[in-house]
Amino acid sequence: MGNIFLIMFAAILTENFIFSRFLGICPFLGVSNKPSTALGMGMAVTFVMTVSSAVTWAVYRFILQPLKIEYLKTIAFILVIATLVQFIEMFLRKYVPALYGALGIYLPLITTNCAVLGSALLNIQKGYSFGESVAFGFASALGFTMAILIFAGVRERLAFATPPKCFKGFPILLISASLAAMAFAGFSGMKLG
Amino acid sequence: MGILITVLIFLGLGVLMGALLALSAKLFFVPTNEKVNEIRACLPGANCGGCGFSSCDAAAEAVEKGDAPVSVCNVGGADVARQIAAIMGEEVGEVTRMRAQVMCSGTKEAALKKYVYEGAEDCAQAAAIGGGNKLCPDGCIGLGTCAAHCPFGAIYIREGVAVVDHEKCMGCGVCVAHCPKGIIKLIPFDSAHWIGCMSHDKGKEVRSYCDVGCIACKMCERVCDTGAITVGDNVASIDYGKCVDCGKCVEKCPRGIIWSAKRQGNGEFVISRKK
Repeated sequence: MGNIFLIMFAAILTENFIFSRFLGICPFLGVSNKPSTALGMGMAVTFVMTVSSAVTWAVYRFILQPLKIEYLKTIAFILVIATLVQFIEMFLRKYVPALYGALGIYLPLITTNCAVLGSALLNIQKGYSFGESVAFGFASALGFTMAILIFAGVRERLAFATPPKCFKGFPILLISASLAAMAFAGFSGMKLG
Repeated sequence: MGILITVLIFLGLGVLMGALLALSAKLFFVPTNEKVNEIRACLPGANCGGCGFSSCDAAAEAVEKGDAPVSVCNVGGADVARQIAAIMGEEVGEVTRMRAQVMCSGTKEAALKKYVYEGAEDCAQAAAIGGGNKLCPDGCIGLGTCAAHCPFGAIYIREGVAVVDHEKCMGCGVCVAHCPKGIIKLIPFDSAHWIGCMSHDKGKEVRSYCDVGCIACKMCERVCDTGAITVGDNVASIDYGKCVDCGKCVEKCPRGIIWSAKRQGNGEFVISRKK
């Protein structure tokens, strides 16, 4: 249990997907205009990443390993994740329309999200068990949601900032993202376990 | 041989996933409402949000459910309302096309300021500091928050006051919602006259800070034959249900703040007021 807690803590803070692994940067910059859209994206990622961690672990353990084709895990995972997202979308639409409405347009966007694939690959790389994989996937997505929400708040303030003209728009956005990343680098000094 | 098996395995995996998706598409099939699609096809599709729904899709769904009237879309106006009514099998009442109008004439020269504002180019920010930098409590701040939010690019700032381009305005009402002073109103598209002031201060006070503010002298009220203009709470206002666009009030107003927008014979649009 303690092990799982450590994995989750690390995934959220010290090894945050966005600020220290630099995965999932496109949605991070793309849908962080407003806290509400950021939250929608975060929820969709959390949902998909948790389920995909479980499924990709099973695919690796029960299909790729016995057949000794572990080296093709990246391709297999892309296939599995893409299918999974489509499947989840259809399922939600039929049985949980409220959640489908809330996640709406963000679900299809995640089909090729590098953070989702990244968490699946990291699970294998670190040799996590099933439970650990799911916990890691869930916690990483929580870290992602936190990061994107924080940045959505920063962006709302940036809209009123008056930087020099050459920094207006995207440049000042990237600079503030790097500052946020540096703040998170402070966590990397923590030794866990 | 090994590579062949691998290829076959992945082929199998792909087919399996494809079959799964095909199956679930059948299994989880949600019948989409044909009516919603038809209504959506009638709407302009600018997703301006003027109707209060997040998108044209959302508006179409609301209309189908009966949560919104067939005249939901200001932008589409009477034409779209009629089309939607036909789909819904409803009779449509009279729908007037609207346009936005900024009810302020206080240009930089005309209206006095109480302080120099050096903050962000945003009316809401300026309004948070003592209600904006104009002495008039109902004056246009002129930093263009309405212009920034206009989905049709129909508002611009001229001499410190927001001006609506009549040719471009679709009457969606987004600017009305974003103006922190609440001085943008939707008026019937064809109405030629409006009163360019909304200050509720007494005449004497208005005189002290603005050359073009309504002083509630009631000249317009007296000259109006149809009783469309009334002065209440120290400011004149036009009831567009009664106004016949005769233009008598324009001539009579001592402050020259009743505006008229007339289309000339050559199609040119002339906006003027008595100086």
